[in-house]
Formats: sequence, C-alpha cells, structure tokens
Amino acid sequence: MKVGVVTFPGSLDDRDAARAVRTAGGEAVPLWHGDDDLRGVDAVILPGGFSYGDYLRCGAIARFAPVMGPLLDAAREGLPVLGICNGFQILCEAHLLPGALIRNDSRTFQCRDQRLHIERTDTPWTHQYREGEEIVVPLKNGEGGYVADERTLDELEGEGRVVARYLGGNPNGSYRDIAGVSNARGNVVGLMPHPEHATEPLFGPGTDGLRFFTSVLEGALTA
Amino acid sequence: MTDTVAVAEQTPDVEQPYDSLGLTEDEYGRIREILGRRPTSAELAMYSVMWSEHCSYKSSKVHLRQFGEKTTDEMRAKLLVGIGENAGVVDVGDGWAVTFKVESHNHPSFVEPYQGAATGVGGIVRDILAMGARPVAVMDQLRFGDIDHPDTARVVHGVVAGVGGYGNCLGLPNIGGEVVFDPVYQGNPLVNALCVGALRHEDLHVSAASGEGNLVVLFGARTGGDGIGGVSVLASETFESGGPSKRPSVQVGDPFAEKVLIECCLELYAAGVVAGIQDLGGAGLSCATSEMASNGGTGMRVRLDDVPLRDPSLAPEEILMSESQERMMAVVRPADAERFFEITRKWDVEATVIGEVTADERLVITWHGDVVVDVPPRTVAHQGPVYNRPFARPAELDVLQADPAEALPRPTTGDELRATLLRLASSPNLSSRAWVTDQYDRYVLGNTALAMPDDAGVVRIDEATGRGVALATDCNGRFVRLDPYAGAQLALAEAYRNVATAGATPLAVTDCLNFGSPEDPGVMWQFDEAVRGLADACRTLGVPVTGGNVSFYNQTAESPIHPTPVVGVLGVMDDVTRRTPSGWQGVGLALYLLGTTREELSGSEWAWVEHGHLGGRPPAVDLDAERRLGEILVNASRDGLVDAAHDLSDGGLAQALVEGCLRHGVGARVWLDGLCERDGVDAFVALFSESAARVLVAVPRSEEVRFTDMCTARQFPHVRIGVTDDSGVLEVQGQFEVGLDELRAAWEQTLPTAFA
Repeated sequence: MKVGVVTFPGSLDDRDAARAVRTAGGEAVPLWHGDDDLRGVDAVILPGGFSYGDYLRCGAIARFAPVMGPLLDAAREGLPVLGICNGFQILCEAHLLPGALIRNDSRTFQCRDQRLHIERTDTPWTHQYREGEEIVVPLKNGEGGYVADERTLDELEGEGRVVARYLGGNPNGSYRDIAGVSNARGNVVGLMPHPEHATEPLFGPGTDGLRFFTSVLEGALTA
Repeated sequence: MTDTVAVAEQTPDVEQPYDSLGLTEDEYGRIREILGRRPTSAELAMYSVMWSEHCSYKSSKVHLRQFGEKTTDEMRAKLLVGIGENAGVVDVGDGWAVTFKVESHNHPSFVEPYQGAATGVGGIVRDILAMGARPVAVMDQLRFGDIDHPDTARVVHGVVAGVGGYGNCLGLPNIGGEVVFDPVYQGNPLVNALCVGALRHEDLHVSAASGEGNLVVLFGARTGGDGIGGVSVLASETFESGGPSKRPSVQVGDPFAEKVLIECCLELYAAGVVAGIQDLGGAGLSCATSEMASNGGTGMRVRLDDVPLRDPSLAPEEILMSESQERMMAVVRPADAERFFEITRKWDVEATVIGEVTADERLVITWHGDVVVDVPPRTVAHQGPVYNRPFARPAELDVLQADPAEALPRPTTGDELRATLLRLASSPNLSSRAWVTDQYDRYVLGNTALAMPDDAGVVRIDEATGRGVALATDCNGRFVRLDPYAGAQLALAEAYRNVATAGATPLAVTDCLNFGSPEDPGVMWQFDEAVRGLADACRTLGVPVTGGNVSFYNQTAESPIHPTPVVGVLGVMDDVTRRTPSGWQGVGLALYLLGTTREELSGSEWAWVEHGHLGGRPPAVDLDAERRLGEILVNASRDGLVDAAHDLSDGGLAQALVEGCLRHGVGARVWLDGLCERDGVDAFVALFSESAARVLVAVPRSEEVRFTDMCTARQFPHVRIGVTDDSGVLEVQGQFEVGLDELRAAWEQTLPTAFA
C-alpha cells in the first residue's frame, strides 16, 4: 500500500511521517506541493511544519497549492487523509474539516509528551485503537487551540466525530479539550499532536502512535 | 557622487570617518599603505567591518593559536577540517562526519531580544550548512540577569521566544543547553547558539573561490538595510546610556526563508553543482567575497548593481556591509549553472550571478560601471591587525580568593539540611528548566535519543546502524571568575563528563569565549588564563578544539561579566539506543557515587544561594580522574551495566538526587555514612560540595558485581550510597526525608512564577 506524504515549502515532519509509514510496513511516496498529481497513492498524509512560514495564517497559503486540487477531489471520494499539526490546520483552511486552530492560550509554543483519549475508532486511521484507550504521543505547536462555534462543536460530539481529546491538562486552550476531529465519513482526520513521533522505541515517548499508520495500511473499515 | 577608486586617487586628502567606523588612526594608516592611496568609502566600509574585533579576532588571535599548537597529531587524526573554516569537521566513523560550532549573539540580543536570539540561531545553522552538512540539532546557552530584576523578564521572554520561533520553524530539534541567572549578566545577557550537522565524508564543502571564470552566485533572501554596521558597531562597543538607539542595526530573521535555503543547498550539493560555498553572516558580502577569494588564492570581480535589493536606495557601501539574513554565496562552474538555477527555481529561491572568479588575486567591485573597490582580498580577510594587548592579574583577585566559602556558617541538623535542599532545588539556577525547554521542539527529525533535562543531547545520524553523537555544553562563570585557568578546565571537564555520562566517547571541542573588554588588562589576563587552561586540558584529555567564537566587550561601563568560556564537547556512539538517561525508572536499583568528595564549597551554588557569596578557589581539577571516569561510563553504557547516570555539578549530590528522583517520580533511600567515613567529610559536605569528576549511577542488582568489579579493576573510587524505591520519598537516612510531591512543587514553580 502506498501512502503519499506531501512536502510544502516549510514542511518539517515530512521525513518523519514517511519514516512512520515505512516503520508500519508501508511504502511512503513523496508528493510535491507544486505537482497537481497524487501519483496513484492509496492514502495521503499532510505533515507538520510551518508551510510557507505560516505567514498570513497557519495553512492559509498551503491550501492553495496545486497538489491540494486533486487531494480535495479524492478526499471527497473517500481517500484516507491524515493532517498532523500544520496538516490539520491546512485541512481546516481547505474546509475538509470544520473549525480552526488559533494561537495557544499560553501564548507560547508547547512541546510535551501528551496523554490523549481516543474516541473515534471507525476511521481508516484509528481502527486499531480501542474506543476510550489512552495513549501518549508528542505534542508540539504554537497555534494548536482548536476552536469552532457551539453548534459545530455540538454537531461534532453528537455525530461522534471527535477523534481524540487531551487528557491531563489542556495544553493549548482547545475548546472541549479537542485534539483531533474527522469529517462525517471518517476518512479525513486532523490531529494536533504527532503520532509519527511515537513510532520507534527510544526516539519519542513510546510507540503509541504507530497504530495510526498500521491502521491505514491494514485497510479501512469505513472508507 | 560615488566615491570610486579614480576619485580616491585624485582626492587623497579627503577626511574619512574611520574613527566612527571603529578603526584606529594606525589601522587607517595601514589601509592607506596597503592600497597606496586613500580607500574609497566602500573599501573603508569593508576594512572597518572585517578588521573589527568580531571578524578579525585581533585581540584574541595571539592567544587562540595555542589551540592549534597544543593539538597533537593523534588528536588531529580525527579532524577532517580544523579551526579557521566556517566550522570544524570531525570523523565519527563509517564514512560519517559531523560538524559543530557554538557562537555568540550577545549584544543584538540585549538590544532586541527576539530578533537577536533568532538570528543567532539562523547564523550558526548557515555556518554548519556551508560545510556541506545537513543541520541535525541546535542547543542554546543563555545567561540572564537577576531573576527578580524588572528588565530580566523582557530579555528572557524575547530570547526564549526568538530561539524557539526560529529553531522550531526551521525544523531542528533543540536538544539542550544552559539557562543561568546572575546579576553580572544584567546589562549583558549572553545568548550563545550551537548547531551540529552531519555529512558523508565525500560531501564536505569548503569556502574557497577557485577556477578562473567560475560564476559567483548570490542566493537566498534579498539584501536590505538591516544589520548595517551590526558587526562593528554592535559587537565592539559597550552600551552607555544616552547613546543613539542601535535598534536599526539588529538583523531581522525569516526562518521560513532559511528552511527553504537549507533544503535547496542540500539538493545543490547532492547534484554536485557547488564548487565553493559560504554563508553570509557578520560583515555580509564584504566577508563572503574577500574570504572566498582569499581562501582560494584567487581574485573576484563583482558587480554590485546585480545584487537583488529589498531597498533600492542602498548605497554601495551599505550593500557591502548589510547583514541581511538567509543569504549564501556559491562559486559555480559555468557548465553547472543551468542545473544550479533549475534547483534554486524549484525551491523558489532567488539566485543571481553577481560576478566571476579571476586569477589576479584582486577583489574588484564595480557600481554603475565604476570601480569602487580594488583590493588584495587577503588584506581584508586574513591580514587584519593583530594586537598583543597588555594583561595583568587583577589585584582584587587575592582578596577574593582569600575569602573562601568553606568558612561560611552551614546547616548541621537534619531539618536544616532538608530546608537547604528544598531552597536550592527551587533556586533560579537549579530549578526545572522546563518552562524554557518546553518552548522548543525536541522531537522534529525523529532522531532525538536524549534531550533536556538529560545530561547531554543525543541524536542519531545513521538510521540504519543507530550511529549518533552526543553533545553537552557547560560553564560555571563563578569558577572562572575565581580562577580563570582552573575554571575553564572545569567547564571542559563538566561537558566531557556529561557526554560520557550519556554513554558517548568524547571526541572534539567547540568553545564560545564570552569576556569583558580586551582593553582592560584584567579582562585580558582572564582571557589568557582561560585559553591556556582550556588548551592544556584539551591536550590532556585528547580532545581538540575545532572552532568557536570570541565575544569581547561584554560589560556595562566598568563592570565586566564573569569570564564565561562556554565549552561544548561532542562525543560519538556506535548505537544511540545504548544511551544512558539521567533519571532512574526502576525500583530496587543500587545507587553508586563514583569519585571522591572533598570539602569544596567556594563558588558553589550553595554559597551563592544561601549566602550571596563568591570567594575562595574553585574545586580541584583532576583530568586524569575525568578521563578514567569517562571510560567507565562509556563501557557501562555499551555493556548495559547501568540504567541511569547523572553528573554531579551545580548543587552537588543533593541536586543530582533531586533530579534523578523527579525525572520519573521514583524515590530513593540514601545513606551517607560510608561516603563520609571514606572521604572524611560530614553529611552537609557530602550533599552540597561541588567536587569535580563525580557521577551518580543507578545499577540494576543483576549487574552490580560486574559494575563494581570494573570500577575496582580501574581503581576508581565507588561507594554504594542508596537504593531506588517506590516510597514516593527521597530519604537521607539519619538526616531527613522529603516527599517527591513537595520536592517537585519546589523545583517546578520557580521559572513559571517568574515568567509565565
């Protein structure tokens, strides 16, 4: 199975996402922001970083990159897409996911090992987790505060689209402790913390993040 | 009218502002002698920045020679590139090499903390990139004024946000460093930045312009008015009230531009289209053109009109002096030009041919068709003035040394010891650094095996084999103040020990020598002593200095900072998964103290926190013990004999126990009787002395015999002082116990309370 990892100018965790795919047993295919071609991949990861320096607004410029054209079409057709950190911000800017991510309430960048509560497990990225499972993966962001209007938040919770919530303290002021959400179909998932940095023992806080990648490789349940 | 060479020849008597550019009358006279005429204003600008203290090392050169002279052939064998290039390069085995360097950005960081610190990171990263390496990690050594002073928060917030803002956006893990508070740094905070990069031997690039007819290409950001005079004005003058604002001289960084520049350069290297490369940092184009031509033994012809500008109103001398960030200069063979520009276009990096390499050993720069610079490049880059500044041991040092901390009143009862331990754990310099380090990304690139708060940062450089490097930087400015020769050696010893504690074999050294004014004979004496001490110790330990940086004029009016030679040590590990962390996770591990504890309290954290005292002599230096201790730690790591190891330094054994317990919330029961009896010290000295060459290790029961046998065979002092347990308490038997919750509250609150 081939998983594409998009590199925008300013992407930082693209090599790490690709390594996680390989560690999970898949083939990582580099995708370039300037190509309007997904190279026949079976899933796509938008990695962390500061695409275009996060100037203007996080993800606001990246969403107009040529690669986003075919990506949007494919995502609406059910292609599994995971946006991590900056990738989550891009998915929100592209309106594949609701809400937005704003500056941390601490006003500072936060890097820590973060406990998460996994809540939605019928997505192609999370079906190997148990509902209610607790995991620890790194979190590192300056603008990770998830916000949306009350109606949207109620809708997300009502439809079971909250993928993960923060445990043991909200690190960035996200409404209702939300760390990750999905679209209605479940194939598009945005997550602020970094599962790709918890896939190898001793290089990160453990291997709790690996199942995001093995999940998508072993076939989606819903897509 | 432009001041061309022709105009200069016709108007020999024009008065020139050499004085306000920082040149002395003698230096100005020498320039006239070299050129056989008065310099043009563009030439004067070039000479003034390149002959500034910061670029020319004119006061330090005669001392720094020792680093080369005291490097033996055996030490040199591991060096692919030594002092003098953008950064030293060390062979770390399997065809891999590592380049690393620490540099200062002190003065800009006081004027404009955010941008000063940010561009400090950016500058050192480009130095590493210019060697052909992929930058793989950064570290920062930060020293601020009194934690309670109203101006300290301004500087702390700006500097920490600047280091994080730039480094995080660049995608380089920040794996360690130092944060120190002391009133001596109030008007002169120290912001040092270290970068390490990895490369294959064959990827090594040099900063030399060779090949007549090759193209000189400027690429990256456009040239603007920022940083003009930054080098000579900011780095070589002290701050005095009432002077003009220096804010415009501070450069402004764009980390996104630098990230793209990194990836672009690495692709250019991989394509084999770079014949020579240099970053543009201090002194901008003046430096890059003259150094590359001088290094190559060639000349260069440059058309300033072709330099892409952000501000079209800049004059030629301003273009030459601009320190705009995120720029590189490459020498490219004409046949490779097409491929070169294809790659820069892919990364949307602007690249412009601004000149050619010539054979005549002249640097000729034109503006609107007129020659505005025509100089021998070597005289600009490498033949600047050299001074033997007068130096003299300051008389007040005798008074200082005659006032030892060993004479101060000390705690005696268990309750007093407990209270002392808690106060020290919450003191500005011993409390948790997490408020700072949590603002830095330590995970990006996915190769970080250890980072703060561990003793050393460890990163993997070869994913197939696990080969990697460890880095630690240290300096206790109080020790150096009390005895610069011993203090500099103690800085090296601590960094060396930290690298070995993590399990890596120490290989090479970089240093950032932060001192006061070289025109003060007392400061110059400190400098001479510190350099001599460091060079001697490097020779004894067999680790060569590969490069670094000198920062003078760190003083406010007449009061200099503590002499602060920050020393960074690089070590290598065959497999970083064998690294030793600093905190214990298991219960029932035996705690051993390695090394000898003496009554050494002068310059200690205890004397400073409890008595505000600085006097006496620093702890004794025993380099032979450091080397033997290092070998034990490296072997123990390789053979899996220890679960954790933590260096004893600031705050002594007490602080090592506090940090070891709090790392994973696993308590310990400790007994000091055996140690006190063997070393002839009391419980207070055992806990708070800062004797060097000591490490606390946690040994699993199954390995205890093998471990102690190894120490015995190597005749290294070791004593069992405790055991880890699940009591949730740190207990020192017969003295006191303290719950880890109480300890953690004391240790974690200090920095957030002051700054959050």
